[in-house]
Amino acid sequence: MSYLEYTVKSVPTGFRKILHLNWPLALLLASVCGVGFLMLYSVAGGSFTPWAEPQMKRFGLGIALMMIVAMVPIWLWRNLSGVAYGVSLLLLVLVAVIGDERKGSQRWLDLGFMDLQPSELMKITLVMFLAAYYDWLPAKRVSRPFWVLLPVIIILIPTALVLEQPDLGTSILLLAAGGGLMFLAGVHWAYFAAVIASAVGLITAVFQSRSTSWQLLNDYQYRRIDTFLDPAADPLGAGYHITQSKIALGSGGWTGRGFMQGTQSRLNFLPEKHTDFIFTTLAEEFGFIGAISLLGIYALIIVFCVITAIRNKDRFSSLLILGIALNFFLFFAVNMSMVMGLAPVVGVPLPLVSYGGSAMLVLLLAFGLVQSAHVHRPR
Amino acid sequence: MRRNRAENDASHAKLTRRAILMGGAQLLFMGGLAARMRYLQVDQADQFRLLAEENRINIRLIPPARGEIFDRNGVRLAENIPSYRIVMVREDAGDVDAVMARLSQIIDIDLETFESALDELKRSAPFLPVTIVEGVSWDEVSKVSVNAPALPGVTPEVGLTRVYPRGSDFAHVVGRVGRVSQKDLDALENPDQVLRIPRFQIGKINVEARAEDALRGTAGTKQVEVNATGRVMRELDRREGQSGADLQLTLDSKLQGYVQARLGGESAAVVIIDCENGDLAAIASAPSYDPNLFIGGISSKDYDPLLNSAYRPLVNKTVQGAYPPGSTFKMMTAMAALEEGIVGPDETVYCPGHLEVAGRRFHCWKRAGHGWVDLENSLKQSCDVYYYDLALKVGIEKITAMANRFGLGIKHELALSSVNSGLTPTKAWKRTARGADWVIGDTVNASIGQGFMLASPLQLAVMTARIATGRQVTPRLIKSVDGVEEPVGEGASLGMNDNNLRKMRRAMYEVVNNRRGTAYRSRIIADGMRMAGKTGTSQVRNITAAERARGVTRNADLPWERRDHALFVAFAPHDNPRYAVSVLVEHGGGGSTAAAPIARDVLLQAMAGGEPSLDAYPKGDRARIKTQQKRLRDVQPRAAIDGKDQA
Repeated sequence: MSYLEYTVKSVPTGFRKILHLNWPLALLLASVCGVGFLMLYSVAGGSFTPWAEPQMKRFGLGIALMMIVAMVPIWLWRNLSGVAYGVSLLLLVLVAVIGDERKGSQRWLDLGFMDLQPSELMKITLVMFLAAYYDWLPAKRVSRPFWVLLPVIIILIPTALVLEQPDLGTSILLLAAGGGLMFLAGVHWAYFAAVIASAVGLITAVFQSRSTSWQLLNDYQYRRIDTFLDPAADPLGAGYHITQSKIALGSGGWTGRGFMQGTQSRLNFLPEKHTDFIFTTLAEEFGFIGAISLLGIYALIIVFCVITAIRNKDRFSSLLILGIALNFFLFFAVNMSMVMGLAPVVGVPLPLVSYGGSAMLVLLLAFGLVQSAHVHRPR
Repeated sequence: MRRNRAENDASHAKLTRRAILMGGAQLLFMGGLAARMRYLQVDQADQFRLLAEENRINIRLIPPARGEIFDRNGVRLAENIPSYRIVMVREDAGDVDAVMARLSQIIDIDLETFESALDELKRSAPFLPVTIVEGVSWDEVSKVSVNAPALPGVTPEVGLTRVYPRGSDFAHVVGRVGRVSQKDLDALENPDQVLRIPRFQIGKINVEARAEDALRGTAGTKQVEVNATGRVMRELDRREGQSGADLQLTLDSKLQGYVQARLGGESAAVVIIDCENGDLAAIASAPSYDPNLFIGGISSKDYDPLLNSAYRPLVNKTVQGAYPPGSTFKMMTAMAALEEGIVGPDETVYCPGHLEVAGRRFHCWKRAGHGWVDLENSLKQSCDVYYYDLALKVGIEKITAMANRFGLGIKHELALSSVNSGLTPTKAWKRTARGADWVIGDTVNASIGQGFMLASPLQLAVMTARIATGRQVTPRLIKSVDGVEEPVGEGASLGMNDNNLRKMRRAMYEVVNNRRGTAYRSRIIADGMRMAGKTGTSQVRNITAAERARGVTRNADLPWERRDHALFVAFAPHDNPRYAVSVLVEHGGGGSTAAAPIARDVLLQAMAGGEPSLDAYPKGDRARIKTQQKRLRDVQPRAAIDGKDQA
């Protein structure tokens, strides 16, 4: 159903929109960011520089952007979603050509005032575009092969570009978010079953073929997969990070070692302590109680998003909110699994807590869309 | 595009179902994460806490100060002096090359050191101090301090290093220290952790090595917090160690210095033992070397001459060397016969110049023979035949047993490296060691300290002290450890017949003081200092028939390394023995000419407690002795000591 069909009158206008924002959600987001500042202050050894202060500035910018995005009617964003996807795709191509290379991967565009990571933008615009697509697509066509193939292509193009950077973590996230959205839109079970079955089959085949005459990959590739799956096999490389991370987490105990008392992070045993491994610092300093609290806030954000989405009668809005929530979930689920030694190390930051401009801005922007969908929901 | 309401509701219902399904799945996953958190942070917390502490806390050792070594009068023989080194921390230096260039203009750094320091700077962690030069003088330290603003990251550091102020005088007693080597570690079953400290010094030989446990002390510890790269963040706890114990030796550094100087460049050894309590007053082996050269690692330029010299300066001849005692052994043969009652002191033996034993002719050193000789005359003139005769009557086993009671063939426990036990042969020994039966000729040879018989100068000194006192005098080198007196070696009575001992001493007195005695030229004429002794000349090798044919009969005609060893043992004063001495001059020729004069000089020096009056010497010798005394007064021990304030 389109907005043209219901009364736009019931939608608030002007500054009254502010009263209709989803305030609990906004507060939850702000509190997560607050935790982030605290941890960045701590890992810098009790200093606002070099991380906490820029992060706070970016947070200010992000909140302002979120408000602006929230004020703009959601249908405008829906109409722009194709353009947004196109622009993101263009930036991804651009980054492959002229992007900055750091630590062996080409992910960043230097915008002068900040570094932009187009793959972060793509996470949101992909969800937007797919939501718009399924809003447009009549329900009965959703599971028809051609109309299934189309979104698959929409997902695979940016995934391939990101994989090329190379950024395995983000490309898996894109794939998972896109697939999740297709599932939410109502694509038939059978497609997912088939994809999962064939993926399992392929993986089995790859592993089964090892050391046989029809081996599918080269030996060195297998070895790489081995370390990827089992970092402990490489105790001084990838395994070192995971071991130290687990020590930090575990030594936190119930109540933690106290703010700024974490020896693992303060003495640099933790790698990437201000980005990917920031959760371990939190867990070390505030213990199980601190860690579970953050997880609880994250869970509340997901629950609020799902409720907001279900209550929203607009199909684009619902899909968009759920898609953004799914993205957010994937972020922290992968990060936490990684630092707790449940998943391979794939370089995914902890959303709104890890130091990093692009990710925070894009996430706040995305939650701006969620707010816009909420404010402009059909009543 | 318009859709009907029913279709719309249906698709929204489906969306809701799937949204709840997905939300549920997400919550389920979060539940899994929470469970994992609980496992790590609650169930495994103790184990991980332990690992975190292990990560963070390092235990560092504080090296203990090594105990110092003193002589009997408290003169320092081994001490620890501050040694200065220049260190540099890369991260504080900034431009390492520029700072190094400036540093090399201020102080003298040789190119090799410079390059290796630069190399190490670039390899090690930026916060670790790297030693640029070691053993720099106080002057250079001052220069570096004054120029500190131009030398960021450069600081002088002070440590302790071992120094032997008496240099070559005590190399063969005190020994030396050196860096701990892998060999040192392998030799220990459970090496002390302190040995793993870089630059830690361990005793390598002699007292330094043998008293290592007492000298080393125990290491202190400090707990420091380190970060992942090993940088020390702060000190958490500190426990001071225990410095090593100071040692006092029985030696008199003045006497020792004199003896070393008196021996000069000879290949010789002297042991002076206090008859009263067995304290070693001097124990000198020449030539010696400067142990200070070894401390920082000796260069091959310095080491090769020491190693290759025919005079073997690295060997401690006083205890390591075992030589045929020659005629100095005759007292043992005589004592064995006297104690057994086989001969009386006044019984005589006829010496025709040789003795036929089992078809073989054994010569006396005097071809013409000594005629009828008793104990006193035989010892005085060192007649060999008399002792051949005694030995044949008493047998080797009795002689060996007597020699053992006097400390020959016995290993004296001293804190020196490789103390030799010498050899007093028996029939059983020859069977096992040589696989041959004892023959009567062996007994004849043994009776005059030749053949298999071997003794070290230390053993000969002990033997002489025991003859002089009749007690089982035992040598003592370490007087006290950490102020606690070690047991003295006074010894119980040997249980010998007093009359026999008196006769023996009387005979030895005659050796030196009788006009016809072999050591008459080395007599002391001051009453109350008169010496009793015995000369010895031990053959290194027989003169061959071919050489005899060429006309080589005299020792001096032989090359140095084949000449006889000169020996002399003595005690003084003869009527109230205070010191016993043994002198060995390797390949020195006759004992009366090469060894006895040394014994006289050192005994007089010991008894006078310094330079003796010329009155003690016979008139004819005084002029020569006076020049000798003047010359020796200026001889300084060889010692190259780094640092400034060395007196």
